[in-house]
Amino acid sequence: MSVDWTAFTPWTAVAGGMVIGLAAALLLLVNGRVAGISGIVGGMLRPRAGEFGWRLAFMAGLLMAPLFYAMAGQQAPITIAAGYPVLIVAGLLVGIGTRYAGGCTSGHGVCGLSRLSPRSLVATLSFMAAGFATVYVVRHILGF
Amino acid sequence: MVTLVAFIAGLTFGIGLIVAGMTNPAKILGFLDVAGSWDPSLALVMVGAIAVGLVAFAFARRRISSALGLPMQLSAAGTIDVRLVGGSLVFGLGWGLAGFCPGPAIVALGAGYGKAAVFVAAMLAGMGAYEWIERWRSSGKEPEAQRGATS
Repeated sequence: MSVDWTAFTPWTAVAGGMVIGLAAALLLLVNGRVAGISGIVGGMLRPRAGEFGWRLAFMAGLLMAPLFYAMAGQQAPITIAAGYPVLIVAGLLVGIGTRYAGGCTSGHGVCGLSRLSPRSLVATLSFMAAGFATVYVVRHILGF
Repeated sequence: MVTLVAFIAGLTFGIGLIVAGMTNPAKILGFLDVAGSWDPSLALVMVGAIAVGLVAFAFARRRISSALGLPMQLSAAGTIDVRLVGGSLVFGLGWGLAGFCPGPAIVALGAGYGKAAVFVAAMLAGMGAYEWIERWRSSGKEPEAQRGATS
């Protein structure tokens, strides 16, 4: 292992993380809901009374974030190397996996660990391990 | 009001993801590539988010209703089972393939990336497949199975 010091952005990482934490705190303390993206989006596919509007509004906020960021004169750097077939397979796996797991990086990784949930710790260690293993196989064994 | 707060929370969450660099799949894959030139940034994003989250959840735990008088819906303390671990492993596999998890993919879609749109469409299909499978599994079974499927 060697740390890529040119790519490492410690200050914006911590600052951005704290903004994410604030957003989760806002949704929790004002609306009483956990900011788990996969749960919020997935719950829209099972509409119940009073459960659709706030989920759509949260998603609209996510979608409009780049616009607000651009208004501050900044451009979000986004490089998507994966091709369309890989994106389709990966999207399907992320969709079905997060629903069975009951959460993703936000629900388990941020909110679950913040409430010291053993379940979320197991989930986070599992998806991290799978992510590390996948990138290792793709980059260092298959050589893409 | 609930809708407005949800919108502001989503917007703030998305801006946090952008500031942190987490909407960039190349950066996520740089974190997941521990055997290559490793970018530890994502770990610090989690440190920053959890530092704030710990305070918020510690406060929320002592309350039964939110500031708007709504019930605190902290997810139920379920068990650590094959669904949790298996689902997380499948999610991690997809995450490692594309470098996208749900939140950043939706933000990247908002930034106008067609590839993010394809990923999000596939992700919604995967979530829809989950709903379909669970409904199919619980139909024609005893209530015991239904209880398991909705937990």
